[in-house]
Amino acid sequence: MTRIEVLNRIQGIFRDIFNDSELIIDNHTSAVNIDGWDSLNHINLISAIQKEFGIKFDLFEIHHLNNVGAMINSVVKRTTN
Amino acid sequence: MSLKKNNDNEALVNYVRLLNYPFDSSRILRKKHAIKKELLVKNDLITKRIAILGGSTTAEVIAILELFLLAKGIKPEFYESGFDRYYEEAVFGEPGLNQFQPDVIYIHTTNKNIKNYPSITDSIDQIEQHFLAEQNKYRTLWASLADFHCPIIQNNFELPQQRVLGNLEAYDPHGAVNYIARLNTFLAEEAHKQSNLHINDLNYLAASLGLTQWFDYSLWLTARYALSFEAIPYLAQSLAAIMGSLFGLSKKCIVMDLDNTCWGGVIGDDGLEGIALGKETAVGEAYSEFQTYLKLLKERGIVLAVCSKNELQQAKEGFKHPDTVLLEHDFAAFEANWDPKPATLIKISESINLGLDSMVFIDDNPAERQLIEDYLPEVRVPNIGCDVLTFIEHLDKNKYFETVLVSMEDKLRTDFYQQNLNHPHQGVDYDKYLNSLSMTAEIKPFSSLYLPRIVQLINKTHQFNLTNKTYSLAEIELITQRSDHVTLYGRLEDCYSEHGLISVLIGRIQDKECHIDTWLMSCRVLKRTMEYAVFDVLIARCKVMGIKTIVGHYDKTVKNSLVAYLYEELGFKPVESRDSIWSLEVEQYVDKNKHIQVKQ
Repeated sequence: MTRIEVLNRIQGIFRDIFNDSELIIDNHTSAVNIDGWDSLNHINLISAIQKEFGIKFDLFEIHHLNNVGAMINSVVKRTTN
Repeated sequence: MSLKKNNDNEALVNYVRLLNYPFDSSRILRKKHAIKKELLVKNDLITKRIAILGGSTTAEVIAILELFLLAKGIKPEFYESGFDRYYEEAVFGEPGLNQFQPDVIYIHTTNKNIKNYPSITDSIDQIEQHFLAEQNKYRTLWASLADFHCPIIQNNFELPQQRVLGNLEAYDPHGAVNYIARLNTFLAEEAHKQSNLHINDLNYLAASLGLTQWFDYSLWLTARYALSFEAIPYLAQSLAAIMGSLFGLSKKCIVMDLDNTCWGGVIGDDGLEGIALGKETAVGEAYSEFQTYLKLLKERGIVLAVCSKNELQQAKEGFKHPDTVLLEHDFAAFEANWDPKPATLIKISESINLGLDSMVFIDDNPAERQLIEDYLPEVRVPNIGCDVLTFIEHLDKNKYFETVLVSMEDKLRTDFYQQNLNHPHQGVDYDKYLNSLSMTAEIKPFSSLYLPRIVQLINKTHQFNLTNKTYSLAEIELITQRSDHVTLYGRLEDCYSEHGLISVLIGRIQDKECHIDTWLMSCRVLKRTMEYAVFDVLIARCKVMGIKTIVGHYDKTVKNSLVAYLYEELGFKPVESRDSIWSLEVEQYVDKNKHIQVKQ
């Protein structure tokens, strides 16, 4: 899967979770740019991404998925093997 | 009658469907904002204040519970305790919780909150010490919360994820499995004793989904959720069902199709011998078991009705099959005709006096289901498919008929509706008809024996209900003890049936005036003049107490237009031209009851 495909699908998740149908995200989007990206919504994002791509992050990874770029990296790594 | 397709509700129905069993949990969680937005479009939502006292993270539990409550017509306001502060806030007090004044409290504890597990080296005495300490924790918790005078919903415990002792865990007192089973028995016994305490059977929910799916270790470690996201909709649905039952919103009636729903095959084509019912075939046995399940629901008070496209005689023929479990008289209404089903459903609703919003429609035909969903959005339509294998599952797991109490009245319910149906009173002299019923009533102050039924009636009666106030059992107990309140219950019987306790009135006395705080009557005895009998007794009691004026309050809702003119009918005058407050001088009232003999 290409990074663009992953980004588009993750953007859909962000729009649902932050209840903003026009939200645009990029690699640098993080808790700093989005109101409501607190620790609980972080878990909601992680959980939804895992379901969307049928993958499971390990504990170590979850702590480092602090921006969209890192999320895409992890998804691409797990879906291209 | 004219039927209009309700286009406004099309989008709504799609999201309501997501909350039907079986759940796609991740989709519900992800789409929660969209679902909520659609559900908030519904009108006539009732607001309830719900305190959530959590022993672990509750954020998503609350978010999803809100959806299930909205789908039931309850608009919740939540109080959420601090993380894992369920015990401290309840026992030592918390200003936020105190000010919140909850209508219901939910204690979200799980096996993660069990502090006193036995260790393998403990003696039997020491294990009992742990057990006692754990019991005392919950006893203290509930006793502290009793001050709120509202129902408490308490989770029981799910089984542990691991078993260090293997199968021995189940029967050795040191085993966590054994210990949790004993704690659950303790919780069950306490809930049975304390009428304000209700168990949310987490243990069953977890077993039903599967313990492995119920818990997500990663989610526990990273966010302290004691259950998986997949499990949350199941928990939320269960809680919403209990709360719906407490607030009188459970469904009361199943309207069902016959051919390929109640038996296999088409009676008009296949004949009595040709339909599948009974043990000879797998399909026949499955239909028999579905009928047995319906019969059990009927026995606990759910009203059954038939809505079939058939010739009436042929339709009734099916219940003469040697292996039929249901009989014609199990149905409070039996409609077989060729009209569109929405029209027939309305007819059934009117004939047995049960609102469309208390009905569940069962039909194997997806087109009929769609028609009901489109035209009568207030009717619940489970997507039962067309395979009898899954019919029971859809009815059972959608938790339509949750109840916190099964009363004697529930067990006799179909008989009431049926007898009402058998004795229509059109076309005859109505006064003569009423006299012919030989009605006798018992109208007395609340007594402890009837309190559970009184609370049940208060919370689930919405049509003949002047103020629509709701009360918990504890609050009613308090009112009963106070001298500044008049309370009356009414029981009615006639030559055909014993209707049981069907009316409740509470008056609040203030400055020689009696304010009608609550006055309601079950819709199964409408037009019997029972309201006159009750009011006559109220006047008599007020005279004894030296009360000069009765002040009638009417709080209009979408369901209680039936009683909009009741005060006027009784001779009240509107106060300052507001039709919600009425007044009547006790001395000017002339007794109105002519048809019911009131036992003193």
